[in-house]
Amino acid sequence: MNDANNDAYWKANIKLMLILLSIWFLVSFVFGILLVDTLNQIQFFGFKLGFWWAQQGAIYVFIILIFTYTIMMQRIDRRYGVSDDDTEAETAQKEQEEEVL
Amino acid sequence: MDAQTLTYIFVAFTFSVYIGIAIWSRAGSTNDFYVAGGGVHPVLNGMATAADWMSAASFISMAGIIAFLGYDGSVYLMGWTGGYVILAMLLAPYLRKFGQFTVPDFIGTRYYSSTARVVAVVCLILISFTYVAGQMRGVGIVFSQFLNIPIFWGVIVGMAIVFIYAVLGGMKGITYTQVAQFCVLMFAYLVPAIFISMLVTGIPIPQIGLGAEVIDGSGLSVLEKLDRTLIDLGFGPYTEGSKSTIDVFAITMALMIGTAGLPHVIVRFFTVPKVSDARKSAGYALLFIALIYTTAPAVGAFARINFVDTVHNAQYSQIPAWFKSWEDIGLIGWQDKNGDGKIQYAPGAPFQGKPTFSDERRTDGSREVTNTTTTNTNEVYVDRDIMVLANPEIAALPAWVIALVAAGGLAAALSTAAGLLLVISTAISHDLLKKTFAKGINDKQELFYARVAAATAIGIAGYLGIDPPGFVAQVVAFAFGLAAASLFPAILLGIFDRRMNKEGAITGMLAGLVFSLSYIAFFKFVAPEMNTADHWWFGISPEGIGTVGALLNFGLAFVVSRLTPDVPKEVVAMVNNIRIPKGVNKPSTH
Repeated sequence: MNDANNDAYWKANIKLMLILLSIWFLVSFVFGILLVDTLNQIQFFGFKLGFWWAQQGAIYVFIILIFTYTIMMQRIDRRYGVSDDDTEAETAQKEQEEEVL
Repeated sequence: MDAQTLTYIFVAFTFSVYIGIAIWSRAGSTNDFYVAGGGVHPVLNGMATAADWMSAASFISMAGIIAFLGYDGSVYLMGWTGGYVILAMLLAPYLRKFGQFTVPDFIGTRYYSSTARVVAVVCLILISFTYVAGQMRGVGIVFSQFLNIPIFWGVIVGMAIVFIYAVLGGMKGITYTQVAQFCVLMFAYLVPAIFISMLVTGIPIPQIGLGAEVIDGSGLSVLEKLDRTLIDLGFGPYTEGSKSTIDVFAITMALMIGTAGLPHVIVRFFTVPKVSDARKSAGYALLFIALIYTTAPAVGAFARINFVDTVHNAQYSQIPAWFKSWEDIGLIGWQDKNGDGKIQYAPGAPFQGKPTFSDERRTDGSREVTNTTTTNTNEVYVDRDIMVLANPEIAALPAWVIALVAAGGLAAALSTAAGLLLVISTAISHDLLKKTFAKGINDKQELFYARVAAATAIGIAGYLGIDPPGFVAQVVAFAFGLAAASLFPAILLGIFDRRMNKEGAITGMLAGLVFSLSYIAFFKFVAPEMNTADHWWFGISPEGIGTVGALLNFGLAFVVSRLTPDVPKEVVAMVNNIRIPKGVNKPSTH
């Protein structure tokens, strides 16, 4: 582990996070609140579209966002060699357990 | 069997399951007691988090609030789910890597200061107690309505159950009980929703039913029918709001970041084995929560349609039994203003305040309301909290569904109460005693004090539930604003701003807390008559002020931290360390 690698890892993390948080902001605050009146002019299966985003759509997107973050981060973790599921961590954990016992 | 007998059976059965789990998963160490040994599977932790999160307010009140607010109710739907995105990306993984027991633990260590730790404990206790009192009240209401037990005894039974599994089992007992409680409450919420969706639209999935056509031959969709009916009665349309955009924005934001800053939610992510599990677990938690939160708006809309259809212009003598039974316990009140023996439903309060009744009954059996009447044409008062509980009766569903809803309401209230009591007791035994005022105590003593603190907290919560001072119910909703304005910025900056020092964080937390608390106290208790949009700052209501408090916290913390001494080297190293998942350990006992 070196500082340059960790900094690069952190930058990759922040970048991914900012992209996903922009979507988070877009579906809830922009679609569901700021633009709700405009979107309500559009019909979306029996719903006014703005109303649907506020009471249904935003929540579905939130779930997708978290799982996307989880999967993408797992890849980024491995790419930078900082993943928590390598054997080193497991050994350390076992030692810790033995100490506790 | 009648609904009451079935309710007794369901409640007794679920309670014995909870106690059984508690005995099976007793806590042996502080590690077990605080973080369930740190070995909970992410899916199970997701369920436990969902149960922890969904309180009596989510289960009992939310759909009712949405039914009466329409679009404006969206603030709760987005606010109470969007917080998990923030939690998963900005807080949970790093706090798990930090690997200690409590939220004040993080703040105290990160800001290398006992003062910061104590300030965090004060915020935590303030937030959690206002929240827990509402849960005990919820337990009392369910007992009194469904089992005909006085609220006092209802709360005592609830306290006894929580006492058994929280004090014996600590986090370990609570986690596995919450998994069971999640199953009960989800089933209890979805079954009636599916039935009602079938009855109103013929479609069994409520999320789709909400957008479908009503099967009354009108050819209108649920929301169109609702809009038209309400406009005919003089209300605004259901799908459009009456709150200002800035207020809706501020409330939603306050609820989101407040959710992410609630200590009893954060601490759940300390119980999983790894950093990646903390991320996953937030995803599962939101998935389970969304099952109920996407159903709630459908339940709300169906309930409003059914309510108007059944009640408006109905002769009192022919009104269904549920109307009378809720009238009997005072959550519905009817004042026959025009003396036609029929119930008219219209906008505005029918009379001033909550209904008070004389002992007399009118000739048709209805209760005489003694409040000063208003001049509008509305004749009926209905407490929003009853919509979910009354829904199965309004839709004339079978008795076992009603019993199921009662068991679900109890599961929701008890699981949240237990989670809150745990963080209160941990903050006292671990942060105040072990880390601040009684540093010498060993693990056994600390565990003993944790149990004493849990027992005391249950006692206080029970007292608040039986005899709530007038302000409790109102303050519950504000717990979010306080969490948003005090704890959330301090934790976030602790992870993302390496240069944030103790001076900045303490100033920020105190300023955010005091500002939001004063704003809320002013409009709710000092000058409630001024609580209108004209007097609010920037048009933001007390519910949304946490957003402004958080901004104030961030701003002040930033300025102060840049003007005061730098963060010590070892703290910078610690921040660097929590940013990478590698090398995560089980929370250590120490």
